[in-house]
Amino acid sequence: MAKQTIIPFGPQHPVLPEPVHLDLVVEDETVVQAIPRIGFVHRGLEKLVEKKDYTQFVFVTERICGICSFGHSLGYSQTIEHLMGIEVPPRAEYLRVILHELSRVHSHLLWLGLGADAFGFENLFMQCWRIRERVLDIFEKTTGGRVVLSACNVGGTLYDIDDETLKGICATLDVVRREYDAILGAFLNDYSVRSRLEGVGYLSQQQARDLSIVGPFARASNVNNDVRCLRQGGYAYLESFEPIMSDGGDCLARVIVRAKEVYQSIDIIKELAAKIPAGPVMNAPKGKPAAGTQASMRLEQPRGECYYYAKGNGSMFLERMRIRTPTSQNLGGLVVALAGCDLADVPNIVLTIDPCISCTER
Amino acid sequence: MGTFKLAGTSMKGLFSKPATKMYPVVVPEYFERTAGHIENVDMKSCILCGLCARKCPTGCLVVDKGAETWSIDPFGCITCGSCVRACPKDCLVMQRTHTEPATDKRRITVKKPELTPEEKAAKAAAEAEKAARIAAAKAAAAKKKAEPAS
Repeated sequence: MAKQTIIPFGPQHPVLPEPVHLDLVVEDETVVQAIPRIGFVHRGLEKLVEKKDYTQFVFVTERICGICSFGHSLGYSQTIEHLMGIEVPPRAEYLRVILHELSRVHSHLLWLGLGADAFGFENLFMQCWRIRERVLDIFEKTTGGRVVLSACNVGGTLYDIDDETLKGICATLDVVRREYDAILGAFLNDYSVRSRLEGVGYLSQQQARDLSIVGPFARASNVNNDVRCLRQGGYAYLESFEPIMSDGGDCLARVIVRAKEVYQSIDIIKELAAKIPAGPVMNAPKGKPAAGTQASMRLEQPRGECYYYAKGNGSMFLERMRIRTPTSQNLGGLVVALAGCDLADVPNIVLTIDPCISCTER
Repeated sequence: MGTFKLAGTSMKGLFSKPATKMYPVVVPEYFERTAGHIENVDMKSCILCGLCARKCPTGCLVVDKGAETWSIDPFGCITCGSCVRACPKDCLVMQRTHTEPATDKRRITVKKPELTPEEKAAKAAAEAEKAARIAAAKAAAAKKKAEPAS
């Protein structure tokens, strides 16, 4: 039996956008076990709910994570609307889904770029981020922010996007799709890319189900955990929705699922932009959340299902706000996928779960 | 399967202009809604109500009624726009340019401008009129109170 050694991986590592530490127990070049440790970016944001009133707290939730920023403000707002029984105008529901799907496009393009960087394809990384810039420009044009949008609040959206601009967004997305088509072949068919990803970091359907894996990580192992299938909020207005699945279970399958979801999101945006109704975008909340009321909400973030819970105490401040994020679910799957892999494949596998540590620790 | 999947895109990149800008040498085009920084552009009509400071999620705004000043910590501001939406006199404006770099985290304080003699006279007249109205109302109330007794 070979001698076991522990190699520390992270919290600072070129492949990691955010800090997570892994103790890799290796035998020669094979990883036998991975022991994760988090706690490097804990900020105690849930505690802040005692200091910021429920309309101000939305700006705190936005800052939980830079990439799923809009998703967090949307999930929080929906939870408080549930809690207080606020009706959201249909136009706001449409706009929220459009902005949320745009964030999914930008998140997946960012991730595909990081993935390319992880397997050493610098050119592909830069092309992905170049395309992503168009989505960020749409954000800046419509809401004023590039990453943190401050566009969603309890009761609707803070900004309206006129029909002319929505048409412009669809035209920009056509350009994005064209440019994306040109680079997608490198992800799906390139010989060196496939040799780095195929059969690496395998997670079976049963394992994914047992470990309650969420998001594209689960869908790549053929487990459908897509919350959008429940048709909550603006998703109810879609004609049909089919989650993108793959039964590969390896790193390549995860890349393919995310790559195809970009197309799916573009289709969703175009469908909703074509039939968005006229009307107000904000139904301003009145009063305070009643004491003892509780509400919970699930939302499909770019990384998977995110769970929100809120409890009122009769004042402008909430009693408790709880967020369970996709990466805290997926870390369990990461440990299983890492066992038995080559040391050189560790960066790829860590990245293909799309870890968002800032979300996880809050 | 094959290699050189990006050859076309890469060749195009060789002959097109850069996708990035040399910021801050080249100033980017800002959009109408770009959230740059908050400015109190019309301090004269500001009524120092303090609604902006109450709505601000970061507490970077301070309104002092006694000293008649409005101040902002530009590096604490997250440009969420809550104050702009709350302002009843529309004197707060979201400017498009971003906060300038600075060597220290100084607050920006704006003082309400001194009134001109005419404005002072108009204000005094308005206050005198208000005092007269109050006195008249008080007298009327006292008379009403006295009447049922008689």
